[in-house]
Amino acid sequence: MAAHLKKRVYEEFSKVVQIPHEEAPAKKLRLSKPSKSAALHIDLCKATNSTDALQYLLQFARKPVETESVEGVVRILLEHYYKETDNSVRLKIASLLGLLSKTQGFSPDCIVDDAISALNNEKSHQVLAQLLDTLLVIGTQLPESPAVRQRLIEVACKHLSDMYFGVRNKCLQLLGCLGMVDSPLTKDSEGLGTSLGAVRDVQSIISDYFGDQDPRVRTAALKAMLQLHERGMKIHEIIYEQACRLLTDDYEQVRSAAVQMVWVLSQLYPESIVPIPSSNEEIRLVDDVFGKISHMVSDGSWMVRVQAAKTLGSMLQVSPHFLEQTLDKKLMSDLRRKRTAHERAKDLFASGEFSSGRKWADDAPKEKLDSNTVNLIASGACGAFVHGLEDEMFEVRIAAVEALCKLARSSASFAEKCLDFLVDMFNDEIEEVRLESIHVLREISTHITLREDQLDTVLAVLEDSSRDIREALHELICYTNVSTKECIQLALLELLKNLNKYPTDRNSVWKCLKFLGSRHPTLVLPLVPELLSTHPYFDTPEPDMDDPAYIAVLVLVFNAAKSCPTMPALFSDHTFRHYAYLRDSLSHLVPPLRLPGSGLDVVDSRCGSGSVESAQLFLQQSLIRVSTIQNLEAPGAQDLLDFTIRDLRRLGELQTELAGAADFCATYLRCQLLLMKALQEKLWNMAVPLCLKQNVTATAAAQQILEETYKLEFLYSGLDSRQVATIHHVRLQAKALQLILTARTRQGLDPLISSCEKFLQDIESFQRLFLTELPHLQDSFVDKLLELMPRLSSCKPVELVKILQTTLRQSGLLQLRLPEQIHRATATIIEPTGESDNPLRFTSGLVVALDIDATLEHVQDPQNTVKVQVLYPDGQSHVIHPKPADFRKPGPDRHRLITQVYLSHTAWTEPSQIEVRLLLAYSSSSTSLSSSSSSSKLGWSDSIDSLPPPEAAVEGTIPFSKSVKVFIMPKPARR
Amino acid sequence: MPEIKVTPLGAGQDVGRSCILVSIGGKNIMLDCGMHMGFNDDRRFPDFSYITQNGRLTEFLDCVIISHFHLDHCGALPFMSEMVGYDGPIYMTHPTKAICPILLEDFRKITVDKKGETNFFTSQMIKDCMKKVVPLNLHQTVQVDDELEIKAYYAGHVLGAAMVHIKVGSESVVYTGDYNMTPDRHLGAAWIDKCRPDMLISESTYATTIRDSKRCRERDFLKKVHESIERGGKVLIPVFALGRAQELCILLETFWERMNLKAPIYFSTGLTEKANHYYKLFITWTNQKIRKTFVQRNMFEFKHIKPFDRSYADNPGPMVVFATPGMLHAGQSLQIFKKWAGNEKNMVIMPGYCVQGTIGHKILNGQRKLEMEGRATLDVKLQVEYMSFSAHADAKGIMQLIRMAEPRNMLLVHGEAAKMEFLKGKIEQEFSIDCYMPANGETTTVTTNPSVPVDISLNLLKREMALGGPLPDPKKPRAMHGTLIMKENSLKLVSSEQALKELGLNEHQLRFTCRVQLQDPHSDNDTLHRIYTHLKSVLKGYTIQHLPDGTVMVESIVIKVSSSAEDANTKVLLLSWIYESVYRSLRVWQPPTLDIFLR
Repeated sequence: MAAHLKKRVYEEFSKVVQIPHEEAPAKKLRLSKPSKSAALHIDLCKATNSTDALQYLLQFARKPVETESVEGVVRILLEHYYKETDNSVRLKIASLLGLLSKTQGFSPDCIVDDAISALNNEKSHQVLAQLLDTLLVIGTQLPESPAVRQRLIEVACKHLSDMYFGVRNKCLQLLGCLGMVDSPLTKDSEGLGTSLGAVRDVQSIISDYFGDQDPRVRTAALKAMLQLHERGMKIHEIIYEQACRLLTDDYEQVRSAAVQMVWVLSQLYPESIVPIPSSNEEIRLVDDVFGKISHMVSDGSWMVRVQAAKTLGSMLQVSPHFLEQTLDKKLMSDLRRKRTAHERAKDLFASGEFSSGRKWADDAPKEKLDSNTVNLIASGACGAFVHGLEDEMFEVRIAAVEALCKLARSSASFAEKCLDFLVDMFNDEIEEVRLESIHVLREISTHITLREDQLDTVLAVLEDSSRDIREALHELICYTNVSTKECIQLALLELLKNLNKYPTDRNSVWKCLKFLGSRHPTLVLPLVPELLSTHPYFDTPEPDMDDPAYIAVLVLVFNAAKSCPTMPALFSDHTFRHYAYLRDSLSHLVPPLRLPGSGLDVVDSRCGSGSVESAQLFLQQSLIRVSTIQNLEAPGAQDLLDFTIRDLRRLGELQTELAGAADFCATYLRCQLLLMKALQEKLWNMAVPLCLKQNVTATAAAQQILEETYKLEFLYSGLDSRQVATIHHVRLQAKALQLILTARTRQGLDPLISSCEKFLQDIESFQRLFLTELPHLQDSFVDKLLELMPRLSSCKPVELVKILQTTLRQSGLLQLRLPEQIHRATATIIEPTGESDNPLRFTSGLVVALDIDATLEHVQDPQNTVKVQVLYPDGQSHVIHPKPADFRKPGPDRHRLITQVYLSHTAWTEPSQIEVRLLLAYSSSSTSLSSSSSSSKLGWSDSIDSLPPPEAAVEGTIPFSKSVKVFIMPKPARR
Repeated sequence: MPEIKVTPLGAGQDVGRSCILVSIGGKNIMLDCGMHMGFNDDRRFPDFSYITQNGRLTEFLDCVIISHFHLDHCGALPFMSEMVGYDGPIYMTHPTKAICPILLEDFRKITVDKKGETNFFTSQMIKDCMKKVVPLNLHQTVQVDDELEIKAYYAGHVLGAAMVHIKVGSESVVYTGDYNMTPDRHLGAAWIDKCRPDMLISESTYATTIRDSKRCRERDFLKKVHESIERGGKVLIPVFALGRAQELCILLETFWERMNLKAPIYFSTGLTEKANHYYKLFITWTNQKIRKTFVQRNMFEFKHIKPFDRSYADNPGPMVVFATPGMLHAGQSLQIFKKWAGNEKNMVIMPGYCVQGTIGHKILNGQRKLEMEGRATLDVKLQVEYMSFSAHADAKGIMQLIRMAEPRNMLLVHGEAAKMEFLKGKIEQEFSIDCYMPANGETTTVTTNPSVPVDISLNLLKREMALGGPLPDPKKPRAMHGTLIMKENSLKLVSSEQALKELGLNEHQLRFTCRVQLQDPHSDNDTLHRIYTHLKSVLKGYTIQHLPDGTVMVESIVIKVSSSAEDANTKVLLLSWIYESVYRSLRVWQPPTLDIFLR
């Protein structure tokens, strides 16, 4: 159905239009493959007028040219260039020359002379510019040739005085890309006639053009200078003044480039001293630049504003005095100084009287300002960020927020000051800006402590309907410090309100309270009786343990109690019981506590800090115990495996750190157990014709082992090559089992022969892939097979099967080395919750969008591997590939998938459930190792390239999330 | 010298009744034609008799430009065009043209129907007046006649507000109308390019104020409304129908959306609904956010804001109501206020200034008992909040605009005299440009220094370029040689030969001669030869010829030697050169070389 939908879409949007080909002769000639140049030559000679020639050249440009024939083509082009009278054709030839010189493996130094001579004879300015562009390409292709470089620079200097702006642009570009600081240049004196043979360097030549009459040339000059800087040349400080003048240019691109230029200078000479005009004071250059760029934040063009705001963020050497001015905006009302709302809020807070609402004239001016001291146009950095944050364009606002963040991270006092402004940004009209400012506040939160009124504003955002915003805010609260117990109470209240309004935020809110509690134990302490609603005399009713709000409060209290030993004394009995329950059910949120007297003490000491190591030890021991099983048929081996698997699974549940490793081991052992069971079935002793029916279990086992090995290989991250080899080994065993079973069940040799061959190929590829691992696989199934390999490859299928059967039965259990850091990829679908009873109604044949929100952990490259599967009740299923943009990365090894899947179906009579789940797609041709390929493994991955794929690549998917059921109801369309 | 004359008929050192006459390059332009809110007599409208005592204004005015739809900028328009008489073009932007008649009609209704005034303009007059309107687009240059052109720039303030750039030849004036340099929830910030006008006429309502960040204000406003709603209280926001009302609506609407609030918001019907319709249409005039999202959803199609009905005021539960008028002096807002005033859970938020005497002003000043008509008193228990949402540029904004436009002179209108005085000083100090603030009826005259365009013949230019380097340096003026011909209203600079040819004159050559006496014992020829060899050694780069007829030619200068009659030792050196050579060569060598020679 999905295909059907797709088809409909394509039908509507893509239309194939056949453009009739008329250039038949040109096509015919290109068939003569050996000489492309000849073809071109003929083409060009045939061209009667310039339009034709241009057409041929355009045609020619569409096809790549082989390296060998570039030289010839270039000659022909040059020849035609000299003959050609039409400007546009010459222009095209010149541009083609540039394109051709980019060809890999072609050294363009042979055409330098031709290009320069062409340049000297050229009259048309456009063509000149194009030729210079070609020379630029040539020059950048030949970085190692100083002679060519020198010549090109001379050419550029000569044409700098051209009247056409394009030529001057290109010359400056050429100088910027190729010019050298160390080698002084003799400026062509006949060009200007003034400076008689003065020796000047590239920089001063370029800086001459800062004052060019054409803005495009001015921009090009600035860009060339920046290019010089990028190439690692030190820009002289003398151009500073000129560059500053360009900051007030009439043209935005000039101003934008000038901002960059000035910034570069400020980074090069931060400490040099510059005079302030119209006064005899002097300041550091970086401060001066900071002031000037701050000024640009209120520029007329928003591009410049964005540029300026961004640039401000990277000027960390600026003096704190200047930095703080950027947040200063002198307020004034009727000539009297007025305090800002921020200041007023601070005062209110300090005086202890909290907002009762403002009166009509409470911002009435107090002191009289001397009208001479009020400076309206703030000189320097004054209020740059105030402007930036209030800007009309959200791009500027975001840039300003980012810049604030960078500056605040490097200066604690500034962080303190910009807090109010960032908090204000939480109220922006555009969500990206709000989100960005929340993130920024989180990043600088180590520097700051929120005041109550600020916290109030921050918390107000908790009611935002956008989940991203709320989660970002939870994250922020995790990291913030607050100053008073009222703040804690306020935060808790607001978080509970949030929980009430958006129940899906449960986990996030709990986590947030966990951090809040563990950060402020002393502030929580006085609140405990109130929070737990205990009473000194009366017993209060026991709260409902399933209430998320109550759990939230407990999470806060328990985490605070961890570092506050006096707190448990305040708990009532049921609190201890609830602790025990929560410690078990939400162990990631509730820390171990040392509780006095109760038996819980013992439990906790066991799960103390040593628990991870002890669990690890246990895991190790289990594996060693299993390794004692030498033979798959040993008595008691099955039981041992059974128990070990059970132990490991439980361990994984208890110890989240080891969940991946324990699961991995358990799955591996399960494969072995299945294999063992399959081999011990009675059918092996039966005659072939009799066991047709009985081998169902064995076949199923083989199939299951194969599936499990794929899971082992692709679901877990952090495997090393030895483990992969072990997994592949099991897979090989399973394949052998399959082969034997086929041999026993199917009559007829042909299919058997082909599957035997395939198996042999598998062995070979295994050998090739894991050559380095083979020594570790002593006495294993593969080892034995490889010994017998010469015999195997020559013997008959029946014989082969026999050998396999004996080897398989004799082979021992391959010991699994304990993996170090293994994580299992998991996915949880947060939305849809599957709890809704309201079916999603839509008209059949049309589509409905279903929002999916899921978190993925330890998934590598989710953009390519994670798919969404939708299963309809009629057994139809389809797989949707989410867009790469739907994945976000909130933390390391964590991804968030927020996407929409489109559902459609024919009409149903009543609502029914569909299942949605996430799949992890894999392809066996890319082993999980190659994704984390290190240099040592590149050896064999190369060999994969050269040979045909070792095994027919198995493409498959592993479901790795619980499926969620969604009620839908496609209704028949109304006519 | 050409002059620009500016005479405010209204808004000179005053707020209200904006009407400014500008004469520029022989054109007369009227900028805005507003009414004064504070008066009900003749002072309500500008004094058009200043222009002409009797008769129509058409022949005295070239055009009228209206900056935006507020009545203090367009209220007198039908009076002027229909009752006084003006038939020329009236320029305004599209939104202004759409909304202006609604407000005028409302104004007329109140004055005529409610107050019962006669001799006022009629509905038909408004219609006739609007027929004379020529709509403007932003950044579109409109040619009023051959010389006068106007161009509109975005001004923020209210929907459709524009600044106008008026240009005659190379003289220009920018009139800002009311503008706002900080963007708000529904409009962007004013912007103008660096047009360097001869004069910038700017409003100066907030000449002495630098306002707090608008985010603080918005946050405060939202917080107050939100808290009140959560308490279960009702919030009354008295507003005027257009402008701020829309901003606050957008603010609340988005807040409701973001915070998932359910309490109803109502908007009083009537005028506002009509105006909202136009806000929906003129999306291009709004701010970035609205412009970017209107494809998904037009922000002015409110989801949470519904039209108000009288009966809703008694509904239980929280609600927010926007009601007109803004100062609580009459109408719906007053009725609702009376109903809600008794409950301390309720709140009234005044988003703007209140005139003395209105209930709004009283309650803002903390009065808790109000006397109503009929001796009844009203206890005011509800909370009263003041929140300034005003869309005028503050002092900093005005300075920013000056920096953007870089005018040569500045003129302040639409503000109080004392405040203007202060700003004037600041402007003069910061930008060192002249700043004026005429009172009503007072004329300010500024002389301009217009550049006069002159055509130059290409040949002359090429010749000049060949002489002195490839590119003219834009910073250094350079003298050149040519003839200026003034002919039929155009100026032309040509080479002198061409000028002679065109004028049919003969060329006369002016030759200067000069005698220098020197003592030299040698014969004439020898002296000449000595001079020749000397010059040859001194003047390397010049062509020096010793001609057989006993003269030496240095370029075009002729040197002859003759002995004086009395003393054979005294030689008379005869120098002769044409006029042009003075510039070229003589300057270079004459005094020093001869000095050396004579020593």
